[in-house]
Amino acid sequence: MSSGYSTQELMIIASAREIKDGEVVFVGMRLPITAFGVARLTHAPNAVGLFEVGIARFEPAKDMLYTMSDPPNQLNAAWCTGTMQVMGLLQGGQVDAGFIGGAEIDRFGNINTSYIGGHRQMKTKLPGSGGAADIAAMSKRLLAIMNHEPHRLVRRVGYITSPGGLDGGDSRRKAGLRWGGTGAVITDRAILKPHGEDGELHLFSIHPGHTADEVKKHTGWDLKDHPDQMQTPEPTPIEMDALHAIDRDGFWRS
Amino acid sequence: MRSKLVSLKEAVAGFIKDGDRLVIGASLEAAIPFAATFELIRQGKRQLDLIAPISDASADMLIGAGCAGSITGAWVGNVSGGLGHNYRRAMEQGIPHPLKVNDFSNFSLAMALMAGAYGMPFVPVRSLLGSDITQSNPDHKILQNPLSEAPDPVVLVKPLVPDVAIFSVPRSDVFGNAHFWGSLGVVQEAALAAKSVILLADEIVEPAVIASDPNRVIFPGFKVKAVAHEPASQYPSPMTGCWKRDNAFFNDYHQRSRDREGYLAWLEEWVLSQADHAALRAKLGKRLDELRIKGTALAAPANFASE
Repeated sequence: MSSGYSTQELMIIASAREIKDGEVVFVGMRLPITAFGVARLTHAPNAVGLFEVGIARFEPAKDMLYTMSDPPNQLNAAWCTGTMQVMGLLQGGQVDAGFIGGAEIDRFGNINTSYIGGHRQMKTKLPGSGGAADIAAMSKRLLAIMNHEPHRLVRRVGYITSPGGLDGGDSRRKAGLRWGGTGAVITDRAILKPHGEDGELHLFSIHPGHTADEVKKHTGWDLKDHPDQMQTPEPTPIEMDALHAIDRDGFWRS
Repeated sequence: MRSKLVSLKEAVAGFIKDGDRLVIGASLEAAIPFAATFELIRQGKRQLDLIAPISDASADMLIGAGCAGSITGAWVGNVSGGLGHNYRRAMEQGIPHPLKVNDFSNFSLAMALMAGAYGMPFVPVRSLLGSDITQSNPDHKILQNPLSEAPDPVVLVKPLVPDVAIFSVPRSDVFGNAHFWGSLGVVQEAALAAKSVILLADEIVEPAVIASDPNRVIFPGFKVKAVAHEPASQYPSPMTGCWKRDNAFFNDYHQRSRDREGYLAWLEEWVLSQADHAALRAKLGKRLDELRIKGTALAAPANFASE
């Protein structure tokens, strides 16, 4: 991209903007962990990051992480403990937001990372939930990160690994999930947010260089416009500086 | 007390049977005893049930080698690489043979091990509500909370009792009293639930070293049946304070295991042609030495004096 930032850098900054100051956030790996770092250095200096392996951090790790268990993520952690403790806090309603990725998401924000085609007529076996089902069910707000292609954003997933709004409306509450649900779906083209009575995902924000028509063409259902639709603001110099301070090797630059 | 020190070969031959329910590391990406993974493959163990929330690429390797009969877990793949090619081949094409999956999430698996450890008949969780994990694994039962008058569905998860749990630890004495630190994953629950525990210790230390810091003991030595002194037993995964992760090894495995022939060649080179873990360390040579953590960032001592 000619404008001084890559698509992935824009996704990181859009994700960072979803983290509010003081929040306790399940950050997971890759893109979200960098987004957490950017949020800490900009508008959310008091955010806390949780990792399902049993780590809480104030400051992001100083070195590149390939997994959340890598030694740099242990050094000067705020808390080293077990999966039970950090995920127990989720179930206790003490985690504000959680990031997950996925192979397939539907118009109500349900995510499949287990069986493409469903578990009875599986076409492709994906790795499974890990902690995603837990984060989706029990964090107060779910933030999903996806590549925006029609075979990934589908009308209905074949298997719900991680629940979003289930069948829409109050079906999530009826299933017994007392809080939570999709807050935002951040893609490489746009941001989708639930809207209306049934909470279907609508086109909320279009990234610079993309158009509503193009985003809709790459969505597997009839994507409707959010009434507050906007253009995703370009990354600010402050945000870009924060990102470069964390991603010193330029891992996300290309 | 009698020393429990044995070789890795003896531990795997003597304590693990075909069909066992096995935990091979339980801290997701760190301290996974790949040395045991490789030895299980060399000894040709069969029909193992692999229990773990995530054990990086260990399960994928065992599936490809024909050692696994089932997976009881939340995620099988290659954490930095992506999909597990052997897992896909087994599930989609039955190569080298079909595989049963008992689906869990990380949290429900942790809770199942906790129930196994503490003799609980079941454990209620909310996290699988709305997920099809309760459909693909019918062991999970949805029930109305009997203590609530309002509608309140909960998921009952069955206890899990592994036959054997194997862990890499930074240091242990010969009696199986060990220290472990950093993020713990479900190591504590898995160790307490398992019928027996095998330790692969990077370093064997005097009992007084372990006794000096009992809070760093996360499961008691009496659970441990065997201790093998095996440096870098967690290679290529990392272990806090000891070893960095060999990211290139995971990437190479991911590329080469893309097709069955490539995987078999990888297996021959890295596992079958190695007599034991010492041979693998020798093969790695300088590459392994570069992964050794040489810096120090020591914790402040904790005073346990009684007067």
